[in-house]
Amino acid sequence: MTNAMSEIEDADTIFIIGSNTATSHPLVATRIFRAIEKGARVLVADPRKNQIAAFADLYVRHRPGTDVALLNGMMKVILDKGLEDKAFIAENTEEFDAFKKLIDGVSLDEVSQITGVLLEDIHTLAEIYAKADKASIVYCMGITQHTNGVNNVKSLANLSMLTGNIGKYATGVNPLRGQNNVQGACDMGGLPNVYTGYQPVTLGAANKKFAEAWGVNELPTKIGLTIPEMLHGIEKDEVRALWIMGENPVVSDPDANHVVKALEKVELLIVQDIFLTPTARLAHVVLPGVSFAEKDGTFSNTERRVTRVRKAVEPVGEARQDWWIIQEISNRFGFKMDYASPEAIFKEIASLTPSYGGITYERLEGPGLQWPCPSLEHPGTPFLHKDGKFTRGKGLFHAIDYKPSAELVDDEYPFCMTTGRIYAHYHTGTMTRNSKALDFEAPEGFLEINPADAKALDVLDGHRVKIASRRGEIETRIMITERVEKGVVFMPFHFEEANVNKLTNPAYDPIAKIPELKVCAVKLEKVS
Amino acid sequence: MDYRNTLTTCTYCGCGCNFFLESLDGRLTGTIPCKTSPVNEGKLCIKGWNVHQFVQSEKRLTKPLLRKNGELVEVSWDEALNFVASGLKAAKSASGADSIGFFASAKVTNEENYLMQKFARAAVGTNNIDHCARL
Ligand code: SF4
Repeated sequence: MTNAMSEIEDADTIFIIGSNTATSHPLVATRIFRAIEKGARVLVADPRKNQIAAFADLYVRHRPGTDVALLNGMMKVILDKGLEDKAFIAENTEEFDAFKKLIDGVSLDEVSQITGVLLEDIHTLAEIYAKADKASIVYCMGITQHTNGVNNVKSLANLSMLTGNIGKYATGVNPLRGQNNVQGACDMGGLPNVYTGYQPVTLGAANKKFAEAWGVNELPTKIGLTIPEMLHGIEKDEVRALWIMGENPVVSDPDANHVVKALEKVELLIVQDIFLTPTARLAHVVLPGVSFAEKDGTFSNTERRVTRVRKAVEPVGEARQDWWIIQEISNRFGFKMDYASPEAIFKEIASLTPSYGGITYERLEGPGLQWPCPSLEHPGTPFLHKDGKFTRGKGLFHAIDYKPSAELVDDEYPFCMTTGRIYAHYHTGTMTRNSKALDFEAPEGFLEINPADAKALDVLDGHRVKIASRRGEIETRIMITERVEKGVVFMPFHFEEANVNKLTNPAYDPIAKIPELKVCAVKLEKVS
Repeated sequence: MDYRNTLTTCTYCGCGCNFFLESLDGRLTGTIPCKTSPVNEGKLCIKGWNVHQFVQSEKRLTKPLLRKNGELVEVSWDEALNFVASGLKAAKSASGADSIGFFASAKVTNEENYLMQKFARAAVGTNNIDHCARL
């Protein structure tokens, strides 16, 4: 996030796109409700009419995968009406002309046709957002989990720069991170191309610095494989061993049947987890780690805030600290590690990572610190890009054309399916479904379907249907609701027995390699 | 009776709410939201309120498991760790460091993610490390 979470409540306009905030980020939603109480205007664009839409000044239902078209339409209106922030553009941005040329060529009638959003609504969205004094954009996986994910994100950046809505208090672009420590896993170099703090493995200086600190002669400079590439590598006999820590790709990843095939094939599968997940059941060796309540350490939340995790109880049975497991394996592998505690590891992180350089466990007593925090005196950074100053110098406009999703509906697979979360569960359900209260709230999966489609299929609420895509089929009961429009169905992905990821499309964005979990084509059949 | 409250951070979503885990004689009994946290200011969602419930579930893994004759059976830590270390060594010498892949995790701590990427890069010698940020 470019802003702190608390700043959202002081925005005067909030544009929420592709985020089921009330369900997936309840405490961000709280800030939005407070902003509404203070008089903020709320705009929501989402293919599914989620809870937060009920509180919006304007809700528009654009078709899944048409975000770029909608945003380009809004920017066309802004430029046509001269609502752009000319001073901000001149002082703080580059490549505006190429961008403007593309937007000039956009036809609003076409945008309306592609997105299914009324012309007048596109105008209203654009005007309210552009005329705001402090406008904040909030987005989530509804924007990123597409083959056009990076283009969607860049289009939102275009929109914020065009109107100068960035780099001020309560004003910016705020992606909500899906999982609690996604931010931290990225910050810590859990990515194939960077060390901690996004220092590239291909950069000679960074490579040398880490090699020296870690006491090795050299470190690999070739960018590694992403998760889909590793799974593909197993099929091609290029990847032979896999160590999975705390993830459940059999349920979370697209095209589950394909994932299972790869994991069954790999010669050595090591799974480190707290439950015997569907992924762990395929392993050659399972290492019982510990839950957050049994360990010390830190998490970094979606607003870059680093806070402490503290051990409340002893681990169950013979489960061991995850850092201890890695250290033991490393020592037996022949690479010496002798950390006495998570704090010792954190000190090494801070010494090698400028943005974490000023953070210590001692300073984390209290509300935590937001990085960048480069020195012990530094108070942390609540919002990024202050006064229009971007990390890379000037903000870059990108001319982005609308491209349809990888898989579109056709006669054989006439429904567009999209996936997401429900309020009582989290991700693959490994933890929440083992919680009595949460299991009671929502014990099984379901498919949301529009009343008109249900009628055509001759099914009633609670009936079971078979759902099939080009990759697999599953069965579940249906829930009839206006939340989805005709031709669109929605399913949560928490339930392994009705694993929606057997259907989803693994086609991914060429740059970010994010799979298109939000759009695939399916057909439905009544189960008698 | 040993009653404790331990301030910590939620393991579920990216909001990162702070709360106290309540424990009585080593068993978790409840969750109390932290009023002074700037993130949640004394509030929690339904997942947070019930977060203590899965931790001591009887379904938790309590011992290392190793596949023998097709079945996962309980083994000692020594056996499991040696199996992993020698398996990784064998894979590296047979087909090179890049034949090994690592999934780090959005569920574990910064320290643990750091250590895994250090092991992958410095010990094994590959950048094949990723996590499900994209999911
Ligand atoms: S309590 Fe709810 S909103 Fe807060 S971090 Fe946990 S899951 Fe997210």
